[in-house]
This record gives sequence, structure tokens and C-alpha cells, in this order.
Amino acid sequence: MKHDIPERYTLAFRLYPYAKSPDQDATTPVRHKAVVVGGGPIGLATALDLGRRGVPVVLLDDHEGAGLGSRALCFAKRTLEICDRLGAAKPMLAKGVQWNLGKVFHDDRLLYEFNLLPEGGHAFPAFINLQQPWFEKFLHDAIVAAQAEGAPIELRGKNRVDAVTPAADHVALDVMTPDGPYKVEAEWLIACDGARSPLRNMLGLGFDGRVFEDNFLIADVKMKADFPTERWFWFEPHFKSGDSALLHKQPDDIWRIDFQLGWNIDRAKELEPARIRARVDAMLGPDVDYELDWCSIYTFQCRRMERFRHGRVLFAGDSAHLVSPFGARGANSGVQDVDNLAWKLALVVEGVAPERLLDSYDAERVHGAEENILNSTRATDFITPKTPVSKMFRNAVLALAGSLPFARTVVNSGRLSMPCTYDGSVLNGADHPAMPARTRPGSPCPDAPLDRGWLLSRLGRGFTLMGIGLEVPKAMAGHGVALEGLSLAPTPELGARYLGGAERAVYLIRPDQHVAARWDHLDEAAVAAALARAIGKE
Amino acid sequence: MLITTPNLTRPDESYARLIATHEGLSEAESHALNARLILILMNHIGDEAVLAEAMLLARDPSAV
Repeated sequence: MKHDIPERYTLAFRLYPYAKSPDQDATTPVRHKAVVVGGGPIGLATALDLGRRGVPVVLLDDHEGAGLGSRALCFAKRTLEICDRLGAAKPMLAKGVQWNLGKVFHDDRLLYEFNLLPEGGHAFPAFINLQQPWFEKFLHDAIVAAQAEGAPIELRGKNRVDAVTPAADHVALDVMTPDGPYKVEAEWLIACDGARSPLRNMLGLGFDGRVFEDNFLIADVKMKADFPTERWFWFEPHFKSGDSALLHKQPDDIWRIDFQLGWNIDRAKELEPARIRARVDAMLGPDVDYELDWCSIYTFQCRRMERFRHGRVLFAGDSAHLVSPFGARGANSGVQDVDNLAWKLALVVEGVAPERLLDSYDAERVHGAEENILNSTRATDFITPKTPVSKMFRNAVLALAGSLPFARTVVNSGRLSMPCTYDGSVLNGADHPAMPARTRPGSPCPDAPLDRGWLLSRLGRGFTLMGIGLEVPKAMAGHGVALEGLSLAPTPELGARYLGGAERAVYLIRPDQHVAARWDHLDEAAVAAALARAIGKE
Repeated sequence: MLITTPNLTRPDESYARLIATHEGLSEAESHALNARLILILMNHIGDEAVLAEAMLLARDPSAV
């Protein structure tokens, strides 16, 4: 090999080893429909979703697989539902640790417990804990399965993008490989290259926001312990290992421990194993046998790009927005980016939808990022109060939370990721006032049990027209888009989640399982108009 | 709508009780008590719009 592509991190799984592509010998650069840069969870999910929709996609990553270290850990129900649509959820569920119970402590006092167990009648649990490399591996397994079924996905390891040149009808890339450089072109470029996004920097785009003046130490430890499968959070813990602490179970007898260290610390010193062990010992007690698995120190940051679409370059995941970890809103929101983008880009590539449909990706996911940053900022302000008076109120809340349930609603150790509702989106159509607010246009469809299986798994890959308590046509078409019909008899869950005060309902549902419009009767002209609106033709 | 017209049933008693509640506390303890009291009263009021009005008024009493 002539050229070295240095590894920035150690791999947990080598998934797509470098292999020379014919593109590297082409005399003129080969142009692809879609190129994804970055092989993290968001890049892999983007390639998978686009490929399953028939869009030829090439993924470039300067590594050959999933990096070591737990990193993203809590995957939310909506993420699992999206991964199920992508054919990747079953092994995640099998390997992941399911949890519902959280406990909040102040000093040595248990203040209260909370149960995340959502209402019944959902295929997936509220959360699973799964180490990020496993999440990536299962997405990769689904890519391999999709490729076997003909999905046009190509993964190129050790392909580092060194330059990007936007043009009117494409984006040109300079790529470095072990066999030297080559050029390639993309009609659409999706930048999933992480928080430090080299593409964002090469394009000179900003990433504004706020850094919180605090450091957090993650110590993932391997131990056979009989702590229950719960999320334990301490404010000002009695064992003095940090200003706050978190204990959370992962698969393979690994436990996530998080200590808040404060701002003025010596990073190198705090990462010395002996020093980490002293903190862990104080927390777990002297008799617990464990080994350190993975450790890291990080600061909280909340940042986002002003816009996620820049012509033919689309940013998704951490490259577009960054939040603090409390609330599990990083990888989960990135997966929602993918969910939102892939169907839109597929319709644009097919020539069915106008390019401006992609502006709704920008609008909807900026809205999602704003919501996540707001929640994350509030949690961070509660966990690490910035002023003496802020700390006084925080501790007053904690002092009341032990005995007064109202104060528990104010305690904020992270508001856990919930899917975003695209209120006010230009894609939203008609609403019906008698139907439940939770399924208003813009909302992600809540799951519900059916006679056989689950509602979400019955929704189509494209648009679905769902009739509850009335028949809708099995197939319709409008504006070049096929519409799959799904007629259902009312059930208690469908009634509560979709009918409300209405006796019957017709829902137009987008390919990302968000509601586009709803009525209490079938009017094909109204459906066609809402469909046009939902693909940006209006 | 925040009530700003006289609304205390026994103003002198309520004020005396507020002062007496702080008796014997250090300044830090008094601040902490005030914080707890504000939170308890906030919950009693409940309405976010009324609370917002009250906080604005406390910050700038001339903004009536």
C-alpha cells in the first residue's frame, strides 16, 4: 500500500475492509446518485434506507468498521421502530438490555422512582441499552441482507474525503485511499461525518452554540453485579465521586458509570486508571470486583448548523447538531434525521418530487434539533447549576422531591428522547378537531396491536392511506406516487390513539410514518391534494 | 390573570407569619426556605401564564 490512512480510533468490528473500486481507475470521475460520508450509525442508516428505496448509494468512510467504546448507549422506542422498518431491530432487541425503572438519589437519600414503561400496546419498549458498535454492526448486517436482495448499496472503507467542490448539478469529491487519491462525483452528498465534521469545515460552514463548563467522566466497568436493571442517578452523591453520578446497565455485564467532575480539572490525571478506580470504588463499595472497560472525559456542548441543507449537500446526525448526552438525544435524533431525509431524497432522485421537498428536511429537522437542544440545555442547567441562586433552587427542588410528588416533575436528570412532531410543517395537510392531539398532522404514528401483528409493521414503504372504521381503496396513485391502502376495524387502541371523538377516520401517512393529513370520511380529491402538499408539489 | 389587587384575607397575620417562619435561621437557611416556599406556591398557582406575569412583576415592580 502506497498511502497510509491513519486510524483515528481502534475498531470494535472490521465490517467493510478496503477494496479497490473501478472508480479509482476511471479516466473521468464517476458520478453517483448519492454519496454518504461517514460510517457511524447515521451514515449506515442513511445508506441502508436509501438503498432499500432503490437509490444507488456509495458510503465513504476513512475507517473500515465500527469504533471501539460504548459511546451512544440508550436507544429509544422510535429509533427501534425506524430500525424495524429498515430490517435491523430484531437483533438489537435481542442483544440490548431493556429497562423501565429509574431511581433518583440526593446525597444518600432515595428521592423517588419513575417508571418509563409506556402505555401497553406497543411492539417496542421505551428504551434499550446497547453499545454503539453493536448498533452499528446490526445496521451493517441489515445492509448486507439488503444487498443480497439487490439494494444498490456500496460501502468503501479507508476512503477519506480530502476535498469537496460543490457545482450546480453535482458535488465533486477528492478521496484518498491506500492506493492513492481518486475523484468521484455525487448528485447528492449526505454528510454524516460526526461532530467534528470535516465536510462542514471544508465548506466553511458554522456550528454555533454553547459549551457547558463542566467535564464528565465515563467509566464503563465490567462486573458481575446484582444491581437491578435500572437507571440510578445521584445529585451530590454521598460517595463524593463527583457532583452527580449515573449508573446504568449495558449488555455483556458492562455498566455505564458517569461522574460529573467540574470545570477546572487535569484531564490526563483524571484519566489515570488508579484515579478512576478510586472514584468507582467509592461508589460501588470496597468488595465489588470489576475491570475498567472503556473510559472517556467529555464536555457538554449544544450546537447546531443554521441550515442542514446546503444545495446538494445535506447534513445529518452529529455533523448537523450536537446535544449533551443526558436525555439520549444524540444518536436517537440522528436516526430521526435519516428517517425524514431518505424518502424525500428518493422521491427527488426519481424525479417524482421537486428539489424543494428537501427544504422541508431542513425545516423539520432544524425544528427537531431545536427541541432537543432546548431539552438538553434545561437538563444540563439543572444537573450543573450555573449560579449560586440556580443551585439553591435546584437543591430546594431536591429537598421537596422526597415527600412532594409535584417537585419530582421539576427534577431533571435528562428528559428522555421522544420523537419529534413536525407542527407547522409546510408538508402538513388537513386536521380534524375531534381526533386525538397525539396523532395530529406532523406526528409520528403511535404503534397499536392489530389482530395479527402491529400497526407500524403494516404501513407501506411509501405513502399509506389508512382507513379506520371504513374501507379505503387497496391502491391509489396520485402525482406519480403510489398510495397503499390499509383498511382497519376499530380496536380500543386504534380508537384511543387515532379516532378520539370521531367515529371513523382516514389518515394519509408519510413514508417515515408521520401523519400528513386526516379526515373523518374519504374524499379522493382531498387525499390527492394532501399528497401533493406532502411531496412539496404545492 | 395575576391578581394584583388586594387579595390577602389577613395581611398583617400572613406577613408576620412569613417573618416568623424565618426566625432563628441563618441567611443561607433563609434563602433555602424562600426557594422551597416559592416552589410550593408556584405549584399551587400552577398556571404558567400567571407565573410568568408574577416573575416579570417581581423583576420590575414598575411594570404594572
